[in-house]
Amino acid sequence: MADAKSQPTQEFERVLKDSATEVASFERHRKSPLERAQHVLHGNPAFVPLIVLVISLLLFGLLLGTKFFSAFALTLILQQVAITGIVGAAQTLVVLTAGIELSVGAIMVMSSVIMGQFTFRYGLPAPISILCGFAVGGLIGYVNGFLVARMKLPPFIVTLGMWQIVLAANFLYSKNETIRSQDIAAQAPMLQLFGGQVRMGGAVFTFGVIAMVLLVLVLAYVLTQTAWGRHVYAIGDDPDAAELAGVKVEKTLIQVYTLSGLICALAGWVLIGRIGSVSPTAGQFANIESITAVVIGGISLFGGRGSILGMLFGALIVGVFQLGLRLLGTDPQWTYLLIGLLIIFAVAVDQWIRKVAG
Amino acid sequence: MTFGTLRGALMAAAAFGAMTAGAQAADVNACLITKTDTNPFFVKMKEGALAKAEELGVGLKTYAGKIEGDNESQVQAIETCVADGAKGILLVPTDSKGIVESVKKARDAGILVIALDTPLDPADAADATFATDNFEAGRLIGEWAKATLGDGAADARIAFLDLLPAQPTVDVLRDQGFMTGFGIDTKNVAVIGDEDDSRIVGHDVTNGNEEGGRTAMENLLQQDPMVNLVYTINEPAAAGAYEALKSVGREGDVTIVSVDGGCPGVKNVAEGVIGATSQQYPLIMASKGIEAIKEYADTGKLPEKTPGKEFTDTGVTLITDKPVEGVDSITSQEGLEKCWG
Repeated sequence: MADAKSQPTQEFERVLKDSATEVASFERHRKSPLERAQHVLHGNPAFVPLIVLVISLLLFGLLLGTKFFSAFALTLILQQVAITGIVGAAQTLVVLTAGIELSVGAIMVMSSVIMGQFTFRYGLPAPISILCGFAVGGLIGYVNGFLVARMKLPPFIVTLGMWQIVLAANFLYSKNETIRSQDIAAQAPMLQLFGGQVRMGGAVFTFGVIAMVLLVLVLAYVLTQTAWGRHVYAIGDDPDAAELAGVKVEKTLIQVYTLSGLICALAGWVLIGRIGSVSPTAGQFANIESITAVVIGGISLFGGRGSILGMLFGALIVGVFQLGLRLLGTDPQWTYLLIGLLIIFAVAVDQWIRKVAG
Repeated sequence: MTFGTLRGALMAAAAFGAMTAGAQAADVNACLITKTDTNPFFVKMKEGALAKAEELGVGLKTYAGKIEGDNESQVQAIETCVADGAKGILLVPTDSKGIVESVKKARDAGILVIALDTPLDPADAADATFATDNFEAGRLIGEWAKATLGDGAADARIAFLDLLPAQPTVDVLRDQGFMTGFGIDTKNVAVIGDEDDSRIVGHDVTNGNEEGGRTAMENLLQQDPMVNLVYTINEPAAAGAYEALKSVGREGDVTIVSVDGGCPGVKNVAEGVIGATSQQYPLIMASKGIEAIKEYADTGKLPEKTPGKEFTDTGVTLITDKPVEGVDSITSQEGLEKCWG
């Protein structure tokens, strides 16, 4: 046998002895720092927005000094982005499934109007009205989810339609009448619950801010540590593969949209705390603002990739720019211009990071 | 929901009834085209027009854009009115430049077109304009604020809560009117933000709602925590500003002034949230508009401008419970009887 090994029996096998004998392996070369960064970012999608957030905080801190870099001003930014952060959490869930939710702001306003009008028009106790607001928010979300999952309609179209429907219903039902802050404080203070504050030195945390942070942390846990959360990612990445792997795609999608509706209702309640009154004209741009936070936060609009913490950083970046630029006294248009640049930058970075897998 | 829908249906039925009755009594038909059907300002306007139309036997049809800024629907409405053989159109333009061409076609067809609340651009593109003098509205609250602050006016710290970054006409007129009344050099009176008076803390935009009012106030307080006078474009923005002041415990020592005269705003004057507000009268704009169309149809006479102004002034009144000498005002109690929304 040994003889056979060294002396190929067949003529055409004679060249075999010259061929490679080591075990097959991937080609390895030393990674450049840039490639290593690409890998780290691929594993931690919230890093990019976090870095941008820290840089912009330092930048405005240097430019403006203590006017900006104080506990009060920094917590003020949190207050100003609380609504966007909560709506952004709802948006994140839907975007992770490769969908988009354009009716978030309308659901938020509708829920807040129901909480207010049920109390003041029909005289229901505030807790019941609040539950009704949540029920309506959840119901609208459920209908969205049903149309997307069962009827297989594109999320963009479904929520575009729902946005118009809910907003029109909101104006018709409320007759565009505002319920004043002072009336709410006197008769149904529970509606303004999230306007309450906790002070620590110069820092001011409203209950709305605390609710937003808790919501994002809980959802971050659910999305990364539970089976349901991983299913959401799986559906966004490849719904067919998820289905074959045993994920109940339709059911999970409906749950995602319903949960997103409920979160929007929460945003509606927090909104009353923030502006004091119940105003049917509030939150007109909440959908765009939430999508902006999600995109700057590094969550892929193609689904299945990104971290909800990134969304929070994205919302904060927008908040930092808005307050910082106002304190510098620039024309408000510069804020929009810079945010536009950030959006495109964020998506470009996302595309670059994706190449790591390809 | 059902209650609201039912009421809406009843109102529509009543309007329809009035319309047909009017059309039988006289051959004068008119159209009212507003920005939206949901803003209380336009709801009140519609109410005034319908009541006057019924009284004068004018057939009135009403139209509105779907949302603020919906020029397309207003163009369609004008075309419908022309086809319908209306004698006059009352129009609240949502895009005062964009609608001019359609207005011209209607006027060429022999229809009297009156702009309500917002002038067209150019203003003489319409036969007449019935509107609030927004500069005067701003001037009144400016004068009141100056008198109220007394000696403190010389070193007041003033925050300006405006409407939109694009500075629409109403925004500029109210803002610069306030400055004129308060005694601030406005420099170019057509531009907000070119002033160099050291009493100005800054300008920020609010979108005319509570949310924007609160955020803008927070931003300006951050710029200068010693703000003690706040000009606001309208009462929802004022309500938002008040919430921001309340959250830092400054609501007691800051004076807020505003413009509009909506019912929630007037109630806020009664409760001291807003120091003074300039009230405008959408109902009068509409009812005077109907009268003008009727007169034009009967006699061919065009409405007259208020002497010294480029439009017909439908009046503006200062509402405050702390009247000052030299500035005419009415109390919040009287204001509540005339408020809208």
